[in-house]
Amino acid sequence: MIAAASRLCVRALRKRFGPTVALDGVNLDVKRGEVHALVGENGAGKSTLLKALAGVHMADAGSMEIDGLMHMPVDPAEAAEAGLAIIHQELALAPHLTIAENLFLGREPRRGWLVDRVALREQSLKALARVGREHLDPDRLVAALSPADKQLVEIARALTQEVRVLVLDEPTSSLTQADVGPLLQRLRELASTGVAVVYVSHVFEELFAVADRYTVMRDGETVATGAMHDIDHDGLVAAMVGRNVEQLYHRTPCDPGEVALELHGMTGQELPVAASLTLHRGEVLGVAGLVGAGRTELLRCIFGLEDVVSGKVSVANYDGWCSPRERWQQGVGLLSEDRKHEGLSLTQSLADNLWLPCLSRRSNRGFLSGASLEQDARAWLERVGVKFRDAGQAIQELSGGNQQKVALARLLAADCDVLLLDEPTRGVDVGAKAEIYKMIDKLAHQQNKAVLVVSSYLPELLGLADRIAVVARGDVLPARPVAEVDEHSLLTQMTVGRLAEGVA
Amino acid sequence: MKIVALLSRSGLRGVGPLLGLLATWVLFAVWAGGRFTMWSNQELMLLQTAVVGTAAVGATWIIVSGGIDLSVGANIALSAMVGSLVIQDGHGFWSAALATVLTSCVVGWLIGALVIGALLRVLLAGAAGGLVALLAVGLGALWSMLLGTGIGVAVWLLTSRLRQALPLSPFIVTLGLWGALRGIAKGLGDNQMIYFEANDTLNALMEPGGLLPPGVWVLLVVAIIASLLLRRSVFGRHVVALGSSRETARLCGVNLPKTELRVYILGCACAGIAAVMQMSYLQIGDPTTAQGLELKAIAAAVIGGASLAGGEGAIFGTLLGALIMTVVDNGCTKVELNNWVQEVVTGVIIVAAVALDRWRRSK
Repeated sequence: MIAAASRLCVRALRKRFGPTVALDGVNLDVKRGEVHALVGENGAGKSTLLKALAGVHMADAGSMEIDGLMHMPVDPAEAAEAGLAIIHQELALAPHLTIAENLFLGREPRRGWLVDRVALREQSLKALARVGREHLDPDRLVAALSPADKQLVEIARALTQEVRVLVLDEPTSSLTQADVGPLLQRLRELASTGVAVVYVSHVFEELFAVADRYTVMRDGETVATGAMHDIDHDGLVAAMVGRNVEQLYHRTPCDPGEVALELHGMTGQELPVAASLTLHRGEVLGVAGLVGAGRTELLRCIFGLEDVVSGKVSVANYDGWCSPRERWQQGVGLLSEDRKHEGLSLTQSLADNLWLPCLSRRSNRGFLSGASLEQDARAWLERVGVKFRDAGQAIQELSGGNQQKVALARLLAADCDVLLLDEPTRGVDVGAKAEIYKMIDKLAHQQNKAVLVVSSYLPELLGLADRIAVVARGDVLPARPVAEVDEHSLLTQMTVGRLAEGVA
Repeated sequence: MKIVALLSRSGLRGVGPLLGLLATWVLFAVWAGGRFTMWSNQELMLLQTAVVGTAAVGATWIIVSGGIDLSVGANIALSAMVGSLVIQDGHGFWSAALATVLTSCVVGWLIGALVIGALLRVLLAGAAGGLVALLAVGLGALWSMLLGTGIGVAVWLLTSRLRQALPLSPFIVTLGLWGALRGIAKGLGDNQMIYFEANDTLNALMEPGGLLPPGVWVLLVVAIIASLLLRRSVFGRHVVALGSSRETARLCGVNLPKTELRVYILGCACAGIAAVMQMSYLQIGDPTTAQGLELKAIAAAVIGGASLAGGEGAIFGTLLGALIMTVVDNGCTKVELNNWVQEVVTGVIIVAAVALDRWRRSK
């Protein structure tokens, strides 16, 4: 590998946070015109590396170069000036401004003191064309855009400046599979113009589809790098975890038991429309669908977080709409897809987060014992394999995978029989994914609980679920045994809806 | 520094405010000498803290829940006016105190009910309660107040099936009440102060004497109960969860409207207790009293480590915050600094305390 040909060259980068070593000698070479996959488990140091590149953190030792020029940014503005743009997992667009205003925020074309609206519009159209979204009206509010379009607008914004290195941090986590393909296509086109693209993702299928080369990080170090066509899925996983992950999915054979949850024509305020399904004990029922099809709304209506306009929901012996509070009491638990804003209360402790649904049950005449809550929390957290220091620490100190395990442990601590899991492995690394899959399998097939899993990731559903139901435009199609479906037939149903029934 | 590290590791909140209080106290002790350090002055400072401190304990609860109450000062004035009317009618201390605290609780209910969006129920309960209170005016302030509240509560409970649909921001609600309550307070006294005969129990509340003046004991008891509830009760943990992340609290089955309504009633009950002390302090019903006290209460909470974003705050930190402000006021007077200097110094302390706190956490 010739360093001189690299657009971005990172050498022996080190960074400590107090006693924690976040980066311990990271090397990364990204060539002009290539898409480079950067992979590693959560906590491997990818985010720290990206923050060092972006000027959020200063590295302690080592060097970074862009096109042979020293790159030691002290703030994000300096990093941007050097030609480095980062697209974060969470979108950084101002929803109340228009597309055009967002594209040139802080760098608006001016005419004296005023914004030159004509030039702004023209330049915006050009920028949108670069990402293949020329049909979008630059004067539309960003809030009205689909997640995929927002993602592309954000990339277009990065490209309005001279970009040498474009870093994307999990750009597809809020996109459906239908939107991923075109995005990857755009990235390839961008790379062909000479931009070095660094692509961070947990979704290997995307990496194999788009990347030329890869670099694997583990425990703050670079452990492997090479050409994408020289490695396969298992090889990447092995490099990431430093060991061979036993088979990722588990499905212990088990006969479904009694009905735990039944929907009859349940209709929400907008979605879902007349949803009917049956969930048994001892069964994992997968729910597939495009983003916006009503998968999340389906769970939220069941759980009482959204209103049910008509139809029937029965959980065990309880009929009709119930509030989340009543649902917890009935033994129903929901794992939110939005871990940061809804799933967990980030500034609170692990124990606070774990026990929140069942504080009343745990109290003695309205009063709680902090010590016993923390002690019992420790037992639950250890049982689901959370890596933590003490149950009183703030949950934001944990990695995404560990946070998710806490959110899952909450359902177990509340002794739920019906588990509604919305994207249980979103933003979670491979190692933690495997553990979560194992846990779901155990809960359903050994402990005889009823599990409903919503996921955008079809291989996950195919590996995990006993039956899969597709939601298309709010319509829940009849669930089919997993042996009778494959990715192709599910995708057809997802995009075509009920008409596809005969096709599959 | 080692001790600081140890204390903060052992989870003792409010180490920063404690050091701040010590530092300001020592500064004035050196500067002003005996005039500042003598026991009678310490007693005076504690008394000066009692009113704002008690109100600040309530404000802390509300701030931890993610809300805000800008109407504390006006609420105190109004409640003290009602209490003064009751004493003027010839009732004893306890009846007056009851009426005062009850008035504050009604205000708390009003704020909470508007915040959770029960506008229609507020109108119904308020109209019914208000009408009864007006009709019963002949029976004297106490009975008018009690009957009005009783009917209001009854209507409120009877209409519980009505949908709550118009949540308002607490900032807006209490900004409105900030003016409106002060207006009602003035109206109650016909734009005049209310004079009443001296009442021994009321006088004694804010008189120096004993180990500590009774008012200071009241503050301490209120603070201990409030702190215990916040840390150890299911209700308190629900309040913290609500302020920390509303969405998570909702997901986890916390009854948000109920919790929020109770927070405002409890917070305003503290303001009511502060109003009783203010009455004792002034020996008169003054509708223009406690101007700007709401900001002092909020400042005390913030100096004590509360976050206006909700989810964070400690009752004893708030007490320390209130004491710091009193020490600065008192100390500046003792070294004969101008009033304007005190105001500048207090302002600087508020900003500096928060900046220090953020800096400490970012490390």
